[in-house]
Amino acid sequence: MADRQRLGAPSGRRPGGALLGVVPFFLYTTAFLLLPTLIVIVGAFLDGDSRFTLGNLEALRSPAVTTALWQSVALSAVTAVVGAAVGGVLAYAVSTAPAGSLVRRFVTSLCGVLAQFGGVALAFAFMATFGLQGFVNLWLVDLGVNTGGGAWLYTWDKGLTLVYLIFQIPLMVIVFLPAVDGLRPQWREASETLGGTTWTYWRRVGGPILLPPFVGSLLLLFTNAFSAYATAAALISQGSPLVPLQIAASLNSETVLGQENVGKAMALEMVLVVAVVMVIYAWIDRRSSRWLQR
Amino acid sequence: MSGRSASLARRQRRFRWVVITLVVAFFVLPLLGALEFTTRELRTGARTGATWATLVDVNKVSTDYPALKEGFLYSIGLSLITVLIMLALLVPTMTWVRLRVPGMSRTIEFICLLPLTVPAIVLVVGLAPVYSWLSAWLTYFFGADIGESTLWLGLAYVVLVLPYAYRALDAGLRSIDVRTLSEAARSLGASWATVMWRVVLPNLRGAVLSSAFLAVALVLGEFTIASLFSRNNLQVAMFLLGKSDAQISVAVGLASLVFAFLVLFAMSFVGNTRSGTSPLSRWRGRLRKEPS
Repeated sequence: MADRQRLGAPSGRRPGGALLGVVPFFLYTTAFLLLPTLIVIVGAFLDGDSRFTLGNLEALRSPAVTTALWQSVALSAVTAVVGAAVGGVLAYAVSTAPAGSLVRRFVTSLCGVLAQFGGVALAFAFMATFGLQGFVNLWLVDLGVNTGGGAWLYTWDKGLTLVYLIFQIPLMVIVFLPAVDGLRPQWREASETLGGTTWTYWRRVGGPILLPPFVGSLLLLFTNAFSAYATAAALISQGSPLVPLQIAASLNSETVLGQENVGKAMALEMVLVVAVVMVIYAWIDRRSSRWLQR
Repeated sequence: MSGRSASLARRQRRFRWVVITLVVAFFVLPLLGALEFTTRELRTGARTGATWATLVDVNKVSTDYPALKEGFLYSIGLSLITVLIMLALLVPTMTWVRLRVPGMSRTIEFICLLPLTVPAIVLVVGLAPVYSWLSAWLTYFFGADIGESTLWLGLAYVVLVLPYAYRALDAGLRSIDVRTLSEAARSLGASWATVMWRVVLPNLRGAVLSSAFLAVALVLGEFTIASLFSRNNLQVAMFLLGKSDAQISVAVGLASLVFAFLVLFAMSFVGNTRSGTSPLSRWRGRLRKEPS
């Protein structure tokens, strides 16, 4: 049997035997990815005694949770828009540098680090710069500015917006640069040969081509900020102004009777928001890939 | 014509320098702030290298900051475990799917990209029962030392790195003709194990290396899961240290960021990274099939 299979063509005459090869992968991802996701989805509808209930969803309408959701969405939206605008311009600036040049490698590596591996370390760097003892804060105090001891840094609307931007802008560069690189110089030359100005080029050629990938990247930035936990946890020590912090609080605290699965309901809420955004993203990405071969 | 394009190039160059200088200044400002903060004597305001001297002194770190040393070692162990499991899981599966069950490739891709839409904090919520069950069984069979070891987090980290590793390995598999290679090896009498070990793996060197680098970097920066499962790793140790000794924890954070930058910067010179983009751009770049 084994020999026959070994001699068989790679396309596989015995699909049943060939399928055995992917079993380990499916077992693993079932245990550590699909099962946890399922636990969240199902658990959101169960009470403490594993009976079906809509009570957890009711709890989502409590003021603390709705405020956290609204603040999470606002923070993610603002940092996504600002991050996409600044990061988009930076990505274009980088794309005008020749491929393989030092400045390009430097900026893309820096962006890679800040976008992906920052978290707690970046939050600490901001505290050391803008916090009570930070040199920027000390300068501002010397200049007579009332900084309130740098307390603004630890608020979700002012502090977190600034800190989130330091990983949102770099992430925009990483996801948007391939699209900007897809702009052919010939298109610009053609536009200029036909008498177009820089403005006409961006209005009629560059803009329309870059718009779908730009919006797509903006949506990715939104989900990125929406899912972020480490930075917020490092900066915010009082209260839970964002959904991820609410979930963490519900995991850490001794659960109130009848509220055991509210954390799962909030997690489900997060997954739904991210899933909706990602579906729109996938749709836009399909459209944008028509022009830009990556 | 050439005059016009020369002036365009000039304008672009000026624009490039202005934009890059401004934004990079914003990126670097907190890092400079961290450097300034860690080299200042907080009471007198004088410059001092004491914090960094402590940090590079291995003996002093292990006696004064045992949790930091422990977290660092756990992070190293976790990155090794994660890379090994990730490679053992993905390389054979992805190769096998290409050769024998191409119909499964979309399902595999979907599962591998799924973690991008499941935030880590959500994964924690779902993993909590899985882990308590797992550690109960392991404790029953091997005792609490093994059953409650931090290193089991590596199993969850593999899931976190799946999308990134998948992208890197997929790019590698795309660039070689697995089918012809394996058919040639098989017709010369090689077993499937030999094909994997001596034909496919050597040809995937670059992709394996870059997926391993990404996995290591991700594991070294992981905070969410470890912290919520009350386990110690580099980031958790740094976070907890921030409450008692701010200067050391800021210094550790800065050092880890600089280290990650140097690794990425060096990586941009190695391998076939096209047009000098970061290796990270490869995975985020194309994300077609998302769960609907």
